[in-house]
Amino acid sequence: MRMFKYVIKRLLLMIMTFFIITTICFVLIKLLPLPAVKEMGRDVNLILSRREAMGYNKPILVQYFLFWKNILLYGDFGLGEQMYAGQEISQIMLQKIPYTVVVNLYSIMIAIPLGIVFGIYAALKKNKWQDHFISTAVMLFISVPSFVYAFLVQYLLCFRTGWFSLTVASRETTPFFSFEMFSSMFPAIVSLGFGTVAAITRFTRAELAEVLSGEYLLLARTKGLTRRQAIVRHAMRNAMVPILPIILGEFIGILSGSLIIEKIFSIPGIGSLYLTSIGLRDYNFFMALTMFYTLIGLVGGLVVDLSYGFIDPRIKMGER
Amino acid sequence: MNNNDNNNVYEDIPAEKFVFAKRPDDVIYDKKLNTKPVGYFRDAWRRFKKNRSSVVAAVIIIILFLFALIVPFVSHYDVKFRDGYYKLVPPKYEPLAFLGLDGCRIHTEGQAGYDYYKSIGAELGESSMKELRNVTSDELTGNPVYTFKVDEYEKVGFVYVDLSEKEYTKLQKYQNRSGIQVIYPIPENYMTTFLAVSGANLWYELADNTPSTTGMAKEHDENGEPVFTPAYKTSKKEVYAKYESLKLSSDTGGENGDEWYVYAIKNQSGYRVRVLYKEYYMYMNGFYVEHIFGTNQDGQDLFACMAVGARVSFLISLSVVIFILPFGLFYGSIEGYYGGAVDLLLERISDIVASVPLIVVAALFNMHLLKIIGPIFTLWLTFVIADWVGIASNVRTQFYRFKGQEYILAARTLGASDRRLIFRHILPNSLGTIITGTILIIPGIISSEIILSYLGIVSFQTSDVVSMGTLLSQGESYLSTYPHMLLFPAIFIALLEIAFNLFGNGLRDAFNPSLRGSEE
Repeated sequence: MRMFKYVIKRLLLMIMTFFIITTICFVLIKLLPLPAVKEMGRDVNLILSRREAMGYNKPILVQYFLFWKNILLYGDFGLGEQMYAGQEISQIMLQKIPYTVVVNLYSIMIAIPLGIVFGIYAALKKNKWQDHFISTAVMLFISVPSFVYAFLVQYLLCFRTGWFSLTVASRETTPFFSFEMFSSMFPAIVSLGFGTVAAITRFTRAELAEVLSGEYLLLARTKGLTRRQAIVRHAMRNAMVPILPIILGEFIGILSGSLIIEKIFSIPGIGSLYLTSIGLRDYNFFMALTMFYTLIGLVGGLVVDLSYGFIDPRIKMGER
Repeated sequence: MNNNDNNNVYEDIPAEKFVFAKRPDDVIYDKKLNTKPVGYFRDAWRRFKKNRSSVVAAVIIIILFLFALIVPFVSHYDVKFRDGYYKLVPPKYEPLAFLGLDGCRIHTEGQAGYDYYKSIGAELGESSMKELRNVTSDELTGNPVYTFKVDEYEKVGFVYVDLSEKEYTKLQKYQNRSGIQVIYPIPENYMTTFLAVSGANLWYELADNTPSTTGMAKEHDENGEPVFTPAYKTSKKEVYAKYESLKLSSDTGGENGDEWYVYAIKNQSGYRVRVLYKEYYMYMNGFYVEHIFGTNQDGQDLFACMAVGARVSFLISLSVVIFILPFGLFYGSIEGYYGGAVDLLLERISDIVASVPLIVVAALFNMHLLKIIGPIFTLWLTFVIADWVGIASNVRTQFYRFKGQEYILAARTLGASDRRLIFRHILPNSLGTIITGTILIIPGIISSEIILSYLGIVSFQTSDVVSMGTLLSQGESYLSTYPHMLLFPAIFIALLEIAFNLFGNGLRDAFNPSLRGSEE
């Protein structure tokens, strides 16, 4: 019961935070001069009538009310004005999200097992040269920003050797879970993966190394378990407890993806959409995507926090 | 406490009543401390020095910092300097030529291209073609295909410039004074506009003299090497247009003394002359061309641009940190020290601020403020808003950690005020961790700054400064053909981030007294 109350409390706080951020954002956007609709092609009338319906010439408070009403009742975020003029923003977003999700999904599917394996290996070989090698590599990949090795990957795999194409296959012609799609996304997947592998390796190594020095492991060995049995049955399970929330966080993070990787490898995902909306000053898109990104961040943080309590019975939540 | 009743007994005891308890035959047997006491920072410094990798990292950071600080002062170039002829030239620095900084690119050309690159500078006994790698023959035609290195700086060769009479005289005076020849004879075909190659470099007899020529020489010897026969415009008069300066040694008037080379063509506005561009560059700018990191598509020197970009990065990150540190300290210590309702309220605020994605803050500031305050200040404000939370929560944690400890209770029991507890007892102890946390914010700000300007969310397009991110996005468009544009900024960022990380780790260990003696 205490747990339930705690979860509800955290949820309410999250919603409040989300609401405040959205409100501030809305007001700041409404303070900007409204872009003229002149050069928007044939959809001018559509956009103008929609602006009228959204109360663009009424006070900000009325607009704000209509804004939430449209979202909550009809899931309507308005129309694109500067980009995808006249099209429903929610539709465009739904079209773009799969690209982001697929790239990131591929990347973490590869990165998580690799990270865990490297981490376990480094922990078992603690303070030997293998451990030092892995730890140094991890340090390098964590410190260097992802775009640096994204450029390196792009230069080596796309330009120098020409093994991979520069563009991502279109969803109309290629299914998302096919080899063609995978290989067209491969440079992006690799670039995204480096950081994740490094982070998970470091974390796994630290956790497992700590567990391995625990006394209950010594007891397990004394009972007559082999080293392998002791590690697999006792050490690994305990070490996984703090690693799982991290992995969970990664999974939620795949929705928002990485703006910079999407830009470098020109993946037509949600990040590219956001960048274009900022560049072209499409305020409706900007508002909708800002809400999206804020929400993903908030939910991700909350789920990671709560999952510690669900996974590890030793952590009692809601206690001060 | 149940001795409330006799509180007054312990109050106002005169100081002289406090005397050392002294037994009659008092001899102190415990040893006096002979070693000097080691303070907190001295102890940390001692441990930091032992960590070799973080010392190296610190040195690297200092070098990169000095690079940003000093280079704009000593470099000949600045961000505004653009040269139309040395665009996209690769890095060149003679002392480091063995590392690939030789200013050369590999070309694969047919006979015409080979002749053309070989001819550039041949008047001076040089050549822009540096090293012939191999010669193959084309599968279909059987024509030779040459693979060779071209010095992209020498490749510019000669150009035509139009000078006013005054400038023309001045240039001649410069030649006479320095003994360096800048003006060279004009080729016969100076009137033609060539499509594929630079006309000022076609000083020899060509196999094809039409505007679409590719620069093939008229004659070749038995090895396929071009034979360059000068094809300068000549005149009967010794001086066609007024020219009283250095001449080529081959300019002897020909067999009949009526074939003097022409050095300038007089036109309406003044004189058209053919100059050796690297010497003309020296004459115009006062220094020879030297781009250690090459140039970009506008002919800007990347070495200077990078130093300016690094300066922007350091300036923004350091000033942000200096600005938010006192605020974060104040905010965090109030949260941590008072706790309770104050903490709850302040935590809500910082929670909200921390939940706003950085890109949203940057984009909103960009939309509202960029035109008013410029990109650097926009970025600065973005990071101030976004990053104080980190310091505050770090401080708060430290306060929670120390608040309940016995020595704080003891100090409070002795009557220390809140201020004294905060500033004399808690802060000094948590300072090490706070400093480490603050320093580790710097690389984060730098990489975010680079990302934001690379993505164009905060645009440097219209200003006179560049950011590392601008250089990256320029380099990205030329990555397939001119990787040097991206290479150096990328190396700089990678080096800086690695160094900061190592340095931060070393600092954290140094400020952690529990690690004391663990290395021995």
